[in-house]
Amino acid sequence: MEILMAIVIGILFMTATYLMLSKSLLRIIIGTGLLSHGAHLLILTMGGLKRGAAPLLGEYAKSYADPLPQALILTAIVISFGVTSFFLVLAYRAYQELGTDNMDQLRGNEGNE
Amino acid sequence: MSLLHIAIISPFLLAILVPIFYKLFKQVHTGWFVLPLPILLFSYFISYISNVSHNRITTESISWIPSLGVDFIAKVDGLGLLFALLITGIGSLVVLYSIYYLGKDKEQLNTFYVYLLLFMGAMLGVVLSENLIVLYMFWEFTSFSSFLLIGYWYHREKSRYGAQKSMIITVFGGLSMLGGIILLYLMTGTFNISEIAAQSSEILNHSLFIPALLCILLGAFTKSAQFPFHIWLPDAMEAPTPVSAYLHSATMVKAGIYLVARLSPVFAESGVWLWLVAGFGIITLFWGSFSAVKQTDLKGILAFSTVSQLGMIMSLLGIGAAALHYPSIDDSFYTVATTAAVFHLINHATFKGSLFMVVGIVDHETGTRDIRRLGGLMSFMPITFTLALIGTFSMAGLPPFNGFLSKEMFFTGMVRVLEMDIFNLETWGLLFPILAWVASVFTFIYSMRLVFKTFTGKYQPEQMKKKPHEAPLGMLIPPIILASLVIIFGLFPNILSHHLIAPVMASILPSLLNDSKEFVVHISFWHGPTIELFMTLGVIAIGVVLYTTFPKWKSMYDLHPEKLTLNRFYDRGLDLVQNGSFKLTKTYMNGFIRTYLVYIFTFFILIIGASLFMKDAFVVKTNNLAPIGLYEVVLALLIVVASITILFAKSRLTSIILLGAVGYIVALFFVLFRAPDLALTQLVIESVSVSLFLLCFYHLPKLKREESRIGFKLTNALISVGVGVVVTLVALSSHSNKLFESISQYYIENTYEKAAGKNMVNVILVDFRGFDTMFEICVLAIAALGIFAMIKLRLTRRKEG
Repeated sequence: MEILMAIVIGILFMTATYLMLSKSLLRIIIGTGLLSHGAHLLILTMGGLKRGAAPLLGEYAKSYADPLPQALILTAIVISFGVTSFFLVLAYRAYQELGTDNMDQLRGNEGNE
Repeated sequence: MSLLHIAIISPFLLAILVPIFYKLFKQVHTGWFVLPLPILLFSYFISYISNVSHNRITTESISWIPSLGVDFIAKVDGLGLLFALLITGIGSLVVLYSIYYLGKDKEQLNTFYVYLLLFMGAMLGVVLSENLIVLYMFWEFTSFSSFLLIGYWYHREKSRYGAQKSMIITVFGGLSMLGGIILLYLMTGTFNISEIAAQSSEILNHSLFIPALLCILLGAFTKSAQFPFHIWLPDAMEAPTPVSAYLHSATMVKAGIYLVARLSPVFAESGVWLWLVAGFGIITLFWGSFSAVKQTDLKGILAFSTVSQLGMIMSLLGIGAAALHYPSIDDSFYTVATTAAVFHLINHATFKGSLFMVVGIVDHETGTRDIRRLGGLMSFMPITFTLALIGTFSMAGLPPFNGFLSKEMFFTGMVRVLEMDIFNLETWGLLFPILAWVASVFTFIYSMRLVFKTFTGKYQPEQMKKKPHEAPLGMLIPPIILASLVIIFGLFPNILSHHLIAPVMASILPSLLNDSKEFVVHISFWHGPTIELFMTLGVIAIGVVLYTTFPKWKSMYDLHPEKLTLNRFYDRGLDLVQNGSFKLTKTYMNGFIRTYLVYIFTFFILIIGASLFMKDAFVVKTNNLAPIGLYEVVLALLIVVASITILFAKSRLTSIILLGAVGYIVALFFVLFRAPDLALTQLVIESVSVSLFLLCFYHLPKLKREESRIGFKLTNALISVGVGVVVTLVALSSHSNKLFESISQYYIENTYEKAAGKNMVNVILVDFRGFDTMFEICVLAIAALGIFAMIKLRLTRRKEG
């Protein structure tokens, strides 16, 4: 199962990278979203999959899934949500002010002030 | 803190007070407040002469950074004292001269004297420091204050150019010297010069010895304007003339000479040292005197003449080191070169100082320094003329002035090179006396040009800006004092020999002094019809002929193409470095985010891929895998399809919805992998994010119309495939290489016992690892505030109207 997941994660990273290399700001943000999904799944996979019951003591199981990666992912989800929403609003405002979401036109080099 | 330390830092202390004097006493020339200090210091250092002439060395120490072995140790021995006397003595004269040279109303006197005092203190620090790091500190201080002084008239472009050039070259050398100092420390474990010198024979064959030697010599050569680093000195002539007289003839340019002399006990055993110091010196001597002849600016002539005389002293120091290699021969046979170096050092400071002051007077009284415009000033300025005559005749090496004596000794030293049979000198050694002799001929020519083109010949009043007249007395006193020293040292050279030159020799060549023997220095004025005398006669004869026929062979200088001059190389090099780095930066910093991402991802692939490959880290073990279930396979297929479809989605709306699909599938994965809290959070957050995406972009009407696919780019595709593959490989091999068990057993066991909860994930989040959660809350709060601020705060410059 872990090998399959590793391949799935690799594909997620691949598509995320491809989107981040595109011109449109929206696609870049979508790329970051895919990237964070990939990262979350990676953490979970590396912790080992399907090693017992959900980490709830009420289950009275012999073994439980590792709770630590889950806690880490939960934190990561919330943080990436915060960052993504900030980034989205930033992109929205940038579009409002500058009238484009093409990254090639958003160059901040000299002379473009 | 001893009196000696106070003496060294007193110029710095006075420099603090100078602006106060300047503001408070506007009607008095600020120089008068400065003048007492160098005079006081000079008399203070005079009092050391009796100590030093009995080879008693005074050492005073203050602890500065003892843990690093850096202490401010002041040491007065022969060499240090000679330089201290030059610095303070000529310093006093220069300050006196500058009082008359710089107008009270026209110039920013406060800054001038602050810089000058900084320089004086730094120079004293250089020559009296025993610790190399402290020496380096003062060394850079001299570069820095000299930079300020050269750029004193900062509104002139040439001043700024000269200041920058001298700064770049001397700081380059200074840094390399620091490297040499550190290498010496690595070899010997100390920064103190005498302790390093004590270990000189042990480090001679150390692998770092030659690099240290080269680094130190680079520092000395750049500071002392040796070929090919001499190019900064002629441009430094944009400084006010007192500065040129002080820094660029008597003191700062001799710091490199000082360093070579000071570290001779460490390095002089090496043949490389002898070759480099003597070789570069003699080349500089020749090149400087050769170039001086074609100059038409008086200060230009003096600058190149300084270069050439410094080369002469340097080559003498190199040859003098040969005495260490012939223990059997009577010591004074080769040490005559060292004696000549020290003697000429003193002589050069006297006559070059006075010549600069003379040139300053001519400039000041006529408004020009161009010898093509000058002429016939003898009758207007008789005193100045006499001073110039004394100075130039001494420079050319004519009797009865002191330059004659040192030039004779110089020839002696160079002729004796012929008798050396070490370090290949038997083959190449012949060049030394020949170059020395030719250079002396050129020296004679430019000296004569300097004095006779200025003071004799046709008087051209229409070419001069002012009507020439004799300078005020105060301006004449300093060169008169220096010129009388020229004559006194010329006629009675032995007043110096016992008290100053012998102790200096003892500092330069200490290993030749055994059993409390002293160097016996005796400079004889008339030494019989020797080969040196005939060389001098030849110099005079050929020099007179060449001087009179100068217009005929002047065109020889045009043979040397302008393109190949060292200045051109320097300017080109500077240009190349600036433009080259600008262009280089421009090629890779092109402002496209995509390009930077390409760099980042490429390096990610290369570095991680390479280390996976090189460390043989890629292993797949199948013993620790979970079984594959049907649901997971379906979900995996779905997520792959969804994410790949995003790439080909034409409309942005589709992409957003597909991203949402991926998020929900991830939530389903969380369900399958027994992570209920994650699934819950993921579902909620995915819903919110997707609605945010839609909110942001669905309602921007223009965007909807601009729908297009992502253009296919092979590089992008390759890079993203590479990233994906690398991530997969890393995931596989790290999963196969688990080194130890998870620590989660502790959480599983103690969630209820210690933290009174049954949901392990929640207990970890708020109990075991509550800090993470607190700051995650902070992240959300900051994001919320940031979004609010972004939407509400509109301080952008709205287009007017």
